[in-house]
Amino acid sequence: MKKVMMGNHAISHGATLARVQVIAAYPITPQTQVVELLSEIVADQRLKAEFIKVESEHSAMAACIGASSAGARAFTATSAQGLALMHELLHWAAGARLPIVMADINRAMAPPWTIWTDQNDSLSQRDTGWMQFYCQSNQEVLDSVIMAYKVAEKVLMPVMIVLDAFSLSHTYEIVDLPDQAVVDKYLPPFDYKYKLNVSDPHTYGGLTTPDWYMEFRVKMQEAMDQALVEIKKEAVEFEKAFGRRYDPVEPYMVDDADIVLVTSGTAASTARFAVDQMRKKGKKVGNLRMRLLRPFPFADVREHLKNAKKVIIVDRNISYGYHGIWAQEVKSALYGHSKVPVFNFIAGLGGRDIFPETFVEIVNKVKKLKKPDQELYWVEVKK
Amino acid sequence: MAKDRKKIEFQKLDELPPMVQSQRSMAANPTGSWRNLKPVIDLASCIHCTICWKFCPDAAIDWVDDNPVINLDFCKGCGICAEECPKKCIEMVKEGK
Ligand code: SF4
Ligand code: SF4
Repeated sequence: MKKVMMGNHAISHGATLARVQVIAAYPITPQTQVVELLSEIVADQRLKAEFIKVESEHSAMAACIGASSAGARAFTATSAQGLALMHELLHWAAGARLPIVMADINRAMAPPWTIWTDQNDSLSQRDTGWMQFYCQSNQEVLDSVIMAYKVAEKVLMPVMIVLDAFSLSHTYEIVDLPDQAVVDKYLPPFDYKYKLNVSDPHTYGGLTTPDWYMEFRVKMQEAMDQALVEIKKEAVEFEKAFGRRYDPVEPYMVDDADIVLVTSGTAASTARFAVDQMRKKGKKVGNLRMRLLRPFPFADVREHLKNAKKVIIVDRNISYGYHGIWAQEVKSALYGHSKVPVFNFIAGLGGRDIFPETFVEIVNKVKKLKKPDQELYWVEVKK
Repeated sequence: MAKDRKKIEFQKLDELPPMVQSQRSMAANPTGSWRNLKPVIDLASCIHCTICWKFCPDAAIDWVDDNPVINLDFCKGCGICAEECPKKCIEMVKEGK
């Protein structure tokens, strides 16, 4: 059934279709409608779930950890400072190998106080052991919630679904709501082998000496490697069930492109629009959209950038004193595999719009340069 | 006390569960050994209000025949019970004296 809905409601419908059993969340703009709608759905008994109102995001994640440990499918959603407040428990959820799924609506970090989009909130959580899927449409958001539980429950690692504030969260698009029966067939109930059992009590996550701590880390890394295999498998399985496909990266006209723009989130669809415009003028430009941050799709990135003469990474985030964060990731994947010059542009922080012309200007600038003459370039900042 | 199970020794990575799990419940881990101060209840003044029992963070107070009884295998000596007792009839006494 096709419906027009905002990105935030696409998340709520995704969670409902995934039959989540415990929802614990604290409201924060621009995430609020996600849990607002879920609370209505639970109150109307359209979804059999516990809705736990908590006093902070830290508690929201703690409640999800408890629920997931007990074998329930747990869900939450947050943004920016809320995600930062969860930080300690993000490590706990991943280290305890709990397949929790959460949506993070990308909102720039304060101060200065802001509610608009950029990716510094989610990218700051890069090393917590959460998978991260960056979405570019409301349909992808809904589908990703369903797919995320499938992958998470197979490898026992949590997933963060990431989408831009306002440009997706509050933007209405046509979304195909899959049939519950099809979702149920695709996503069977969560059967957790290690769930808490009162008649056979254990303590989880207790003190571990240097003799064994490292082995648990090896297991997490192996789970992430396996996750990449599962994500590729699920791209096919999901397409069979629902007719839509989501690969770790999405190449657009990269094969014969001299210049490839690497982007993520909604900036990717804008970049493709700009690519079409530039192609009409005979410029050989392509786009590579990054959907996965973790597990990082090394092989796909190397494969799709192998013919490029120049690579441009447009980051809607920054690691102060270094580059944009996607630039670091892509460059390190290319190192030793390619000699292609990589240019890093920082654009759209704090919700500043990124237009098709923005990409055209970036490409025009790079055309004049043989290799980068600066570590990074700021886009459209006041002088 | 939980039933004492045989100690499991892991030899290989494959045998290890994905996350750390104790082989027994915490009932097999007496945490009272690091206590410096020990709560002593004057039952003559006690009004059996159960406040100490509710506040003890380690569930180290048992309720026996309507009386609070400290389980010294688990009491860490934090003094919360003594602080919260409305009759001030719990005294924290230095261990080994
Ligand atoms: S001293 Fe602390 S641990 Fe011991 S019984 Fe009192 S409250 Fe419980
Ligand atoms: S709090 Fe004090 S008065 Fe109340 S039951 Fe405990 S020892 Fe007795």
